[in-house]
Amino acid sequence: MPRYAALIYSEEPTAPPSDEEMGLVMADYTEFGEKSRTAGVNLGGEALHDTSTATTVRVEGGKGGEIMTTDGPFAETKEALGGFYLLQASDLDDAIKWASQIPGAWHGRVEVRPIWEFPEE
Amino acid sequence: MSLAETLRIEGGRILATLIRYTGDFHLAEDALQDATLAALQRWSDDDPPPNPGGWLMTTARNKALDRLRREGKRTAKEEEAMRLLDTEPPPPDDKDDRLRLLFTCCHPAIAPPSQVALSLRTICGLSTEEIARVFLVKTPTMAQRISRTKAKIADAHIPYRVPSDYELPERLDPVLVTVYAVFTAGHHAPTGRFDERVDLAAEGIRLARLLTELMPDEPECWGLLALTLATQARRAARVDDAGEMVLLADQDRSQWDHAAIATAAAIIDRHQGRRRPGPFQVQAAIASLHGMAPSYEETDWVDITELYRTLEAMQPTTVVRVNRAVAEAEAYGPDRALELLDDVDSDWHYLWVARADFQRRLGLTDEARRSLHRALAADMNDSDRKLLERRLAELKG
Repeated sequence: MPRYAALIYSEEPTAPPSDEEMGLVMADYTEFGEKSRTAGVNLGGEALHDTSTATTVRVEGGKGGEIMTTDGPFAETKEALGGFYLLQASDLDDAIKWASQIPGAWHGRVEVRPIWEFPEE
Repeated sequence: MSLAETLRIEGGRILATLIRYTGDFHLAEDALQDATLAALQRWSDDDPPPNPGGWLMTTARNKALDRLRREGKRTAKEEEAMRLLDTEPPPPDDKDDRLRLLFTCCHPAIAPPSQVALSLRTICGLSTEEIARVFLVKTPTMAQRISRTKAKIADAHIPYRVPSDYELPERLDPVLVTVYAVFTAGHHAPTGRFDERVDLAAEGIRLARLLTELMPDEPECWGLLALTLATQARRAARVDDAGEMVLLADQDRSQWDHAAIATAAAIIDRHQGRRRPGPFQVQAAIASLHGMAPSYEETDWVDITELYRTLEAMQPTTVVRVNRAVAEAEAYGPDRALELLDDVDSDWHYLWVARADFQRRLGLTDEARRSLHRALAADMNDSDRKLLERRLAELKG
């Protein structure tokens, strides 16, 4: 069965959410997590700290070259990658059906990308 | 039937069935290509096999099997494909195969222009070059767009099936647009003799009818069918004996298929009551009003103008604006129509043909001539080109 990365993008809050707001969102994520794990769709997933904690690494001059680190995410965009799931679905329609149940789909957007499956040696 | 004819008429069907068996666009296309090469070697022009389509189907199945057997390590999906190819009886003409393929090509995860392009390529067997002309882009650009789309279908595992009822509202629109594009590609071939691809117009009507059978509760499916029927009904009068295109104003209306026009009108009436209007129903109503008019002058231009205004509110495109302007010119005069086109800029040749016509009627001969030159700079079929050249000559005389 094909696997997909469901990448969750949303605007980062400028102020920390209230406990009540946080509780509601977490409850939605818990619900999705349980439902998708029971269905055997959810192969894992994580939430990320916000982009102010990100460090971008690049090696200049090819392999073994100079390591350049910059403070911040790869791209400064209004909507940032905030977390991801690894989903196993029967096809793209199935993956879209599950992705549409991730709370990030209504708080922001979810990008569904097929995983490149390398043939086993 | 020659190999080229067989491929044009049966190629889409064979490909659709192969894709169902293999679940693999690339493999299906490669297998059909292998079979075509085999046919080139084995068929003689004067003695093709008795059932050329069946021959190609069987050969392509075997070629797909060969290709799968050659792969050392196969996935479960490929094993399943081999089983199907090997054991299933030769498929009947399964209309659902092409419908499945159509919904795959028109999946919302594919960009709309690519949906139409891929459908024309796979279902209707148009060459990449022909599709490039329909879209007014260069052939390599179109080739790249088609190959990217196929790669996305394979890599993202876009399913090969007709969507279920609850998904239909979202999934239907791109399919309707694509079927109409197929019909118009046949009705008005982009280059060469414009009646060359009559089979595509018939194919478009067939697909439209199939959609009404599959989704009888969708008024826009019926709108599309009525539109294609009412347009095709005027076909015989659109060409003169020399194969030249005849304008609507000059057509011999006794040659129109009035039974088909009546059928289209009845379909529109039947579904108007549902109060779910859409662009295809509006266009069908326009085509039907044209069809029922006793002459060009006695056409109900005021109602047609009103319908085009409704259509433009739904679809604000250059094509709709130009058609609306032509109707407004008849209903309210060419000066007002010309104003409507002032802020439109496009290479579409009918924009410039319409401008030239309004300018001529307003006595702006120099401007009309410039507009016709601009129109002639575009790609178009031979028939349109001759007509424009004749008009230009008349302006000079």
